[in-house]
Order: sequence, then C-alpha cells, then structure tokens
Amino acid sequence: MSAQPYGLIATFETTPALYHAAEAVRDAGYRNWDCITPFPVHGLDKAMGLRRSIVPRISLAGGITGFCTGMSLIWWTGAVDYKLIVGGKPYFSPMFAFPVAYELTILFTAFATIIGMFVLNRLPMHYHPVLKYDDIKRGMDDTFFIVIEARDPRFNLANTKALLEKIGGKAVKELEA
Amino acid sequence: MAHAEHSPAANPLLQEVRPAELPRAVLVENNRSFNWITEKICGIIEGKTPTWWWICFILACFVASFTVAGITYLVATGVGVWGHANPVNWAWDIVNFVFWIGIGHAGTLISAILCLLRQKWRTSINRAAEAMTIFAVVCAAIFPVFHVGRVWFAWYLFPIPNSNAIWQNFRSPLEWDVFAVSTYGTVSVLFWYVGLIPDLAVLRDRFFAAGNRVRATLYGLFAMGWRGSNRHWSNYEMAYLILAGISTPLVLSVHTIVSFDFAVSLLPGWHTTIFPPYFVAGAIFSGFGMVLTLMLPLRAVYKLEDLITQYHIDCMCKITLATGTIVGYAYGMEFFIAWYGANPYEGFAFVNRAFGHYAWAYWIMISCNVITPQFFWFKAVRENTTLVWVLSIFVNVGMWFERFVIIVTSLARDFLPSSWGYYSPSIVEIFTFFGTFGVFSVLFLLFIRFLPVMPMAELKAVTPQADVHGGHGHEKH
Repeated sequence: MSAQPYGLIATFETTPALYHAAEAVRDAGYRNWDCITPFPVHGLDKAMGLRRSIVPRISLAGGITGFCTGMSLIWWTGAVDYKLIVGGKPYFSPMFAFPVAYELTILFTAFATIIGMFVLNRLPMHYHPVLKYDDIKRGMDDTFFIVIEARDPRFNLANTKALLEKIGGKAVKELEA
Repeated sequence: MAHAEHSPAANPLLQEVRPAELPRAVLVENNRSFNWITEKICGIIEGKTPTWWWICFILACFVASFTVAGITYLVATGVGVWGHANPVNWAWDIVNFVFWIGIGHAGTLISAILCLLRQKWRTSINRAAEAMTIFAVVCAAIFPVFHVGRVWFAWYLFPIPNSNAIWQNFRSPLEWDVFAVSTYGTVSVLFWYVGLIPDLAVLRDRFFAAGNRVRATLYGLFAMGWRGSNRHWSNYEMAYLILAGISTPLVLSVHTIVSFDFAVSLLPGWHTTIFPPYFVAGAIFSGFGMVLTLMLPLRAVYKLEDLITQYHIDCMCKITLATGTIVGYAYGMEFFIAWYGANPYEGFAFVNRAFGHYAWAYWIMISCNVITPQFFWFKAVRENTTLVWVLSIFVNVGMWFERFVIIVTSLARDFLPSSWGYYSPSIVEIFTFFGTFGVFSVLFLLFIRFLPVMPMAELKAVTPQADVHGGHGHEKH
C-alpha cells in the first residue's frame, strides 16, 4: 500500500486559470481537495464552494468571556474578597469597571480569534505532503496549485488526472504521502 | 417629447458617450509581477548585511546604552534621581510614556482602521508601521514600569494575589491604563504576527531551497507549517478582519484611557471633556509623523519606490494634515472653553500656558503642530520627499512638547500659589529618554534586517494580475 499517493497536484499559472479550474473541480463533486495560493485570491472561496468561516463565533465567545472576566474580577476583588472604601465610592459599580472589562473583551477576542484560526486550520502542522512537493517554493511565490486528495471518494488516479489536465492544470503529478 | 430625444436609441451621439471612468490609483508601479515582489522583499533579508546597517546599528546601540545607564542608576539609587519634586510630581516619565504610546497609534490606524475602510494603499506600509507600534509600546512601557521606583514590585500593577491580600484600585484611571496598554501591546503583537505567518512561510521555503537549514528551521517554526491552502486562507482572512475590527475600538480606547489619567483629575487644564478625541487625534498625528520619518529613508535606501509610491506619501501627508488641523482646532477650543466656562482657575491655566514660564515650550508646540502640517496642502511640498521628512521631524518634536506643556504647566501652577514651582529634568531623566530613541532604532533595525518589511501576500493581492476576472470586473460568480 505504500504506493498509494497522498493525492494529485496540478499547476496553474494565473489567477483566472485557477479560479475557473476550481469551479470545475467543485462541480465535479470532489470534497477533499484544496487550492494552494501565495496570497488570498478574491472570490476563490465561492469557486471552491467553501462555507463562510466560523472563526467569528469563536471570537464572540472569547469576547463575552473577556467582558464577564473583567466585570467579575472587579466585583469579586472589590466587593467580596477585600472590601475597601476608596474615595467614598461604591465597592462595585459597572461604570468604573467598564474600561477594564472593555479592554479584556478585546484581549480575549484577539486570543480566541487567533487560537480559533489555528485550531480550525489544524496548525501548526510542520509536516505535510504538500510541503514536500519540489515546487512548493513557487507556490509561496507566484504559482497556484490544485491538490486533490486520494482519500476523496471520487478519487481515481487516471480519471482525476484527466480532469486536472482537461481544466488546464500543468505538470500534474502524484504527491508522496 | 424631450425624454425620447435623450434616449440613446434616438440620438446616435449619446450611444458614443460613455460615463467617465475614474482610474484607480496604481498601488504597485511599473506593473510588477508576483515574483518581482517576492524577490524584492526577500532580497532585503537574504542579501549581505549592508555597511550602513552596521553603522546605524552600532550607533543605535550606543544611544540605547543611555537608557540602560539611566535606568541602572535609577534602580540602584531610587526615584529621587529624577528631577520632579513638589508640585510637579509627575513629569518626564508620563510625558515620554504618552509620547511613545501616541506614536504607536499610527501603526494600528494603518493596519486596522484603514483595513476596515478598504484603503488598499495601506498594504505596503502596514508591516513596518505595526512594527513601529510594537517598538514604540516597548519604549513607552519603560517609563511607567520604572517610575514605580522599586521596579521589582511592578507586578503589583496586575491583579495577582499578593501577601498583603489587597487588590488594585479599579476606580483609578491609572489602573485602567495598565489594562489598556498591556492589551494594546499584546494585541498589536498578535496582529503583527498573524500578518507575518504567510511571509515567514515564503522565507522558510526560500532558505530551504538555498540550503540554509538553520534559517529555514527558524522561519519555519514561526510559520507554523503554513502552506498557502485556500481553506486556511478562508479562516485566516476572517481572523485578520476580526483582528482589524477589534483593533479599531482598541486603538481609540487606549489613548482615550491615557487621556483619562488627566481628564478624570480635578486639575485646571486637565479636567476637560475634549481630552479623549483630542488625544486620539494627536496620537495619530504624531504616529504618522513617525511613519514618514521611518518610511522615507527606508524607501530611499532599499529602492522601494514602486511599492511606496508618491500616492502613498500623498495619503500619509494628507492624514498628517487632517489630524494636525484637528489638534490645532483642539488647542483653540481649549482656550475658548477656558474663557467661556468662566472658571478663573481654568482661565489662568491657559493664559499661563501661552504667556507664563513655559511659554517657550507652548510656542514650540504651536509652531510644530499647527503650522508645520499646513505645508502639506501644497502638492509641491508633498512631492519633495526631503522636505516631507524634515516636516515629519517637526511633527515629532511638536507632539513631544504638547505632552510636556499639558503635563508640566498645569502642575507647576496649581491652586496654591505658595507651592508653585518650576520643573527641569535631571540628567538621569534626559539620559533615559534620549536612550529610548536608541532602543527603538535597535529594534527597528533588527526588524528590517530579519523580517519582511512589507506584507508580500497582501501586496500581491492588490496587483491587477491578482484579479480572477483579469481586470474585467464582472462580479457574477
């Protein structure tokens, strides 16, 4: 079974070529495939049929946690754990607690967003078959790739290769797992 | 009917008329390819270290040693070595803190607010401006941390359980400031780092191909195994947008809270509601001054004229002009309200600022902050990079004096004439502040040597060839 490749990789030279090829792969019904681009290509998500990212939900959860943390921290330290009258002001008021809660909202949102992005992307992943491709350096520079994985139910070495060539893919090669 | 006459079918001339197309400003000149951008930016890192870099670096280290000397003497002796005394108990440290933190604001404005406003010209300058933000926050943090005197107790600023079982006073704007500035520093670093990830992956693969395993591993470690997958880009773009979205209220809140340090007190000259917007505008003004001071030499040295075009310089000059004029308006409005509010103490504080013992500082501030930016109305000035650079220095100087004027004049002449004083900095304070320019320069020089000074992925995305419709612009997918 060691001969089983990770998938097939095809090269595209321009963004319009990649865009139309991605539409074709999407319409052919593949699920486990990806585009490798050196920069975010506008509109490619739609061409790939990707759903909207769910990062915002994680961010929202982070933000709510941050706000509650700030408010409860100030309430607990000032009105529960060690009551101290300062300047004749109340032990707790959401008014003076607001700036700190506001900052913690932003801080926790930032961490949630970034951690959420990494988790959803399964990063860090320092080993990946795509990274072993000889020409990957150009994929980070000025070329575009489409990778169709062998685990896709529709994957068939000959047919998939034919599809990639038909939609304009150059240098269609097998990726070593 | 007149209506039929004007329909294109009736009038053949109208068929030839096309609505005027407003050309979009070109963001990357000379129609450069993706590969050209990669080679240009990576070339800066991969090339031999230039001689000027070593000269600047050694000079910067020398200047930075003044901060080290000042702080070492302070810690070894005590805060008494600083020149502030009753009634000016808060002087150099807070002036420099506000000065540096304000400079940072332009970086976040460029990276966050201009991102939300879809100002694509931000792409070429945002990386360096964000780096400037982080290094400015580092310089700013030196002052509040060391002004506590016994710096090993600086952790008392944070709500960490301690042996006295006592907590921080969250009613104080100074404690809000702790959270605002530390959040600002942290989020700026995170935002900067997220932007760097795809570019670090480029460097990783280039160093790997060149056989430099050590650097490939180092860049690769921080690139997190980024492989340009569009499924990743989808989440990445969303995360970047959210970070921009939250950095916007963050940057506005940071200088607002900094201004609360003053505005929440009862001192004439400080106790005004104009402070938050006035401080934010001033911060952006000073920050753009610093961005111009840094970017113009960088552009000249590395021949980045195709990426930082005249259009970019124009935009930066115009923002400097706009915010500088807001600051000028705030100066005028402060005077007006001092008179209109009919509070004798407030009125005295302002007359004293302009004509009292510190009048020299006040008029330096006015000439640098109000008059200097007005030159940017003229295209000929904006196109003369040397002149723009000189004017940006004046902006930096003026904004330092603004903080000095606000803080020192109000304290030196408070309610009780018997306690009036005059503040001059001690040599230790001057050393500490002078050295921060070295600290900043050391960090910035290391940045331009080891990290990509411009976001390559973002630059490529704004070139015409990045458009999937080949520039025809049909929006149907």
